[in-house]
Amino acid sequence: MMRPLLIYTARLLPVLAVLAGAAAAADDPPSPPLPGRAFQSRETQTREADEGANPGFLWVEQGQQLWTKIEGTAGRACATCHGEDGAAMRGVATHYPMVTTSGRLVNLEQRINRCRTGQMGAPALGYETNGLLSLTAFITHQSNGMKRSVKIDGPAAPYFEQGRSFFFSRQGQLNLACSQCHNDNVGKHLRGDIISQGQSDGWPAYRLEWQTMGSLHRRLRACSLGVRAEILDYGAPEYVALELYLAWRGRDLPIASPGVRR
Amino acid sequence: MPATRIVMPAKAKKGEIIEIKTLIQHIMETGHRRDNVGKPIPRDIINRFVVTYNGTEVFSADLFPGVAANPYFSFTTIALEPGELVFAWTDDHGETTTERRQLIVT
Repeated sequence: MMRPLLIYTARLLPVLAVLAGAAAAADDPPSPPLPGRAFQSRETQTREADEGANPGFLWVEQGQQLWTKIEGTAGRACATCHGEDGAAMRGVATHYPMVTTSGRLVNLEQRINRCRTGQMGAPALGYETNGLLSLTAFITHQSNGMKRSVKIDGPAAPYFEQGRSFFFSRQGQLNLACSQCHNDNVGKHLRGDIISQGQSDGWPAYRLEWQTMGSLHRRLRACSLGVRAEILDYGAPEYVALELYLAWRGRDLPIASPGVRR
Repeated sequence: MPATRIVMPAKAKKGEIIEIKTLIQHIMETGHRRDNVGKPIPRDIINRFVVTYNGTEVFSADLFPGVAANPYFSFTTIALEPGELVFAWTDDHGETTTERRQLIVT
């Protein structure tokens, strides 16, 4: 199953960014939305598109094995309830982060751990462990090609507002808001890199700088470090709320995980 | 055992050139780094990768500390006869990870 290889050239981006800036008010998602891979080099995009070369698939495959592994006191595997091949998970990742019946906003990683502790009687997996990354990558990959459809009304409304306000608030010693780079300066150079739209469509992703797979929250922590702001914990409510805003903001982009990033 | 991934055709015509792509999950620690208290982190890499096709070596590589984590190799070979390809990665501890794939040749 090969994704059609669509190479984006960075040279086009400033033009697109100017068009986007003229058409959209500051508050709107960037238009047209561009996937994360559009800001990567041709070589990195080629590597992502080839399922034999994309190292993220090592984690997807491991996730598939974990999916059927019985763990915990209830004697269940993920597959016991959700089916052997994971096909029933198609579309699931498009709805996260989601508000649970208890009123809390959870992302996919936290949902997996709630399932493990609540249904399987198994210990929760730590954020950024190979186990949790693999399961998240496997489940997210089932929704590849589907657009995100997160709920932002009703009980999700305050979380959405929190995430949106986080995105537009200046923070850190550099006093920068997410929007100042990822809305206002898309396509421009930031030292050796090209500023992306900050889309979450390719996550979890393999980042060459990390030499491993990483969660969206690891990427957000790197952004917090970049503006010299407080680096929040993995799974922090502020990051989950931001994840909700980002999912809504990139709702027209199909999921393309595992991505490969610089 | 580290996770591996091999992408190759399951069958080929006799004489056809087939492309094989392999990945293995490995940290490839160089031995040149120090941890947060200044202690050297010992070298831990895959140093040898060998592929045989019905017992004949068709690809091999020596790996060095400059190779990135999760080494990826892509190479071609000619489908001569039906049989088995054996992929073997050996690390600094002398441990070998082996994977086998069948190739149908018509």
